[in-house]
Amino acid sequence: MSSNSWLEKILPAIRRNDGEDRKSTVPEGLWRKCPRCDGVLYLPELERNMDVCPKCGHHMRLRARRRLKLFLDEGAQVEIGNDLVPVDRLKFKDSKKYKDRLTAAQKDTGEDDALIVLRGKLRDLPLVACAFEFSFMGGSMGSVVGARFVRAVDVCLERNIPLVCFAASGGARMQEALFSLMQMAKTSAALQRMREAGLPFISVLTDPVYGGVSASLAMLGDVNVAEPNALIGFAGPRVIEQTVRQKLPEGFQRSEFLLEHGAIDMIVHRHEMRDTLHRLLASMMHAPMAEQAAS
Amino acid sequence: MNPNFLEFEQPIADLEAKIEDLRLVGSGSEVNISEEITKLQEKSITLTESIFKNLSSWQISQLSRHPLRPYTRDYIRRIFDEFDELHGDRTFADDAAIIGGIGRLDGKPVMIIGHQKGRDVKEKVRRNFGMPKPEGYRKALRLMEMAERFRMPILTFIDTPGAFPGIDAEERGQSEAIARNLLVMSRLRVPVVATVIGEGGSGGALAIGVCDHLQMLQYGTYSVISPEGCASILWRSAEKAPEAAEAMGLTAHRLHELEIVDEVIPEPLGGAHRDYDLAADRLRKSLLKALDDLSAYDTDSLLERRYQRLVSYGNVATTPVDE
Repeated sequence: MSSNSWLEKILPAIRRNDGEDRKSTVPEGLWRKCPRCDGVLYLPELERNMDVCPKCGHHMRLRARRRLKLFLDEGAQVEIGNDLVPVDRLKFKDSKKYKDRLTAAQKDTGEDDALIVLRGKLRDLPLVACAFEFSFMGGSMGSVVGARFVRAVDVCLERNIPLVCFAASGGARMQEALFSLMQMAKTSAALQRMREAGLPFISVLTDPVYGGVSASLAMLGDVNVAEPNALIGFAGPRVIEQTVRQKLPEGFQRSEFLLEHGAIDMIVHRHEMRDTLHRLLASMMHAPMAEQAAS
Repeated sequence: MNPNFLEFEQPIADLEAKIEDLRLVGSGSEVNISEEITKLQEKSITLTESIFKNLSSWQISQLSRHPLRPYTRDYIRRIFDEFDELHGDRTFADDAAIIGGIGRLDGKPVMIIGHQKGRDVKEKVRRNFGMPKPEGYRKALRLMEMAERFRMPILTFIDTPGAFPGIDAEERGQSEAIARNLLVMSRLRVPVVATVIGEGGSGGALAIGVCDHLQMLQYGTYSVISPEGCASILWRSAEKAPEAAEAMGLTAHRLHELEIVDEVIPEPLGGAHRDYDLAADRLRKSLLKALDDLSAYDTDSLLERRYQRLVSYGNVATTPVDE
């Protein structure tokens, strides 16, 4: 898919998986190959396993809605900020028009932009959860992503509930030029309001998180969590290699590297995500423990 | 070719060289030579005016990184009554790519923070070409929080190709360092004025750029990615940098039109590097005015105003949705 080809260029180490994502919705393909261990996986089983390879534990990328569906309780969910849609104020044109890239991404993904926000519950704890849609122009952050994120924070402030964000992004959206850079300041300022209100924000870093998203909202969690083996950094590996002219160390910019260097609090397996985040948020909100809540 | 002049400045360089030659010859004090010099100087001014009347975005990008362009220190020396540099992030190191310290502007105490590039090769390397590492941003944060404690307005000077993309910077949390500055700057209880004096390179610039008043020197640039970087990703060729510069609209005038930048400070004819003193004098006046304007707000309304400015950035449309 050409709409995020620029991202593939800065992040060559990341597997291309648009095809994989699409395959999961295509009924005729019942088998999928794990990009890490090359194991051939039976799709229904893979899906039951939350797209984690049953053989090697590799966490495959998830579409934003699937991610939120796996995370939130079933039942009442309200989408936030879906009335906000992109406009091409700069009439930006590179080899293609930004307008056309948007249309193509919208058609490919069925989404208007790269962030989906839902208000719902996690084991009965009310919260707002949002997820980046990486298939939408590399999950890049433009004005709509910024505006929806601020809406998410506003709902949290209004209802006194916590926020969780699943980040997966190549960074700022170049086609919105300086406006996209300013989304970094905007989303960070909104998170400052969460802090002032004493409301928790948990940032979950999923493969991959780079650039302007990494250097703003994604690193600002009260708790920063990463999925195993995700690529996370400020500058892309190729840019770094070109700058320092040396080979990058093994495991560089992987979740485990970040944990070792103190950038994140923990690495959480996808199967444990709901329980772990509920435990943390319930304590931070002084809500009942899970067992009590369940009874 | 004179390396201290850009390609499009070469005709000016040639003329200036001719004037210099005549001056040397003219030490013998012949009247018609000084007349000739005056004539050539007038010609040089007309030539510069005509070249600078219609600069492309790409030419302005080059000017923003001109080898003779004044850097933060050059302005500090000319603008402030005193300046004591403060060093170090108290955790790891002192990053020479960002400098900071306490100074006086028209007698009033202020905190000064800016990117610093080097002039000669050795200093360029020492200052890492103005590309800060996490410790640079953390030093800036430390100084900003100190300024808040001592009720000093903060003046930042932006001039960086970007935050350093290196292994050590990643290890020490480049992303977190930038992100934290954005968060904290949004609620600093003192006025913040940011000026782009040269290159405003992406997150590395914004990390000292969240402010109440954003101004740019006329030939400064501010963008989400360098024109070369943008070109090599979107056009798949760094040679398309001129097109990328144009498309991104990274010049002061364009960003002022787009209402991201509050004020454009005109530079001396031919650019700030042609007259440091005049450029500094104009910058000084604009800083004084900006601080004076911001003094009208009490702390709470200053913070509310800053927040509203931040959340107003961006362009979105709304569309009706089904419940």
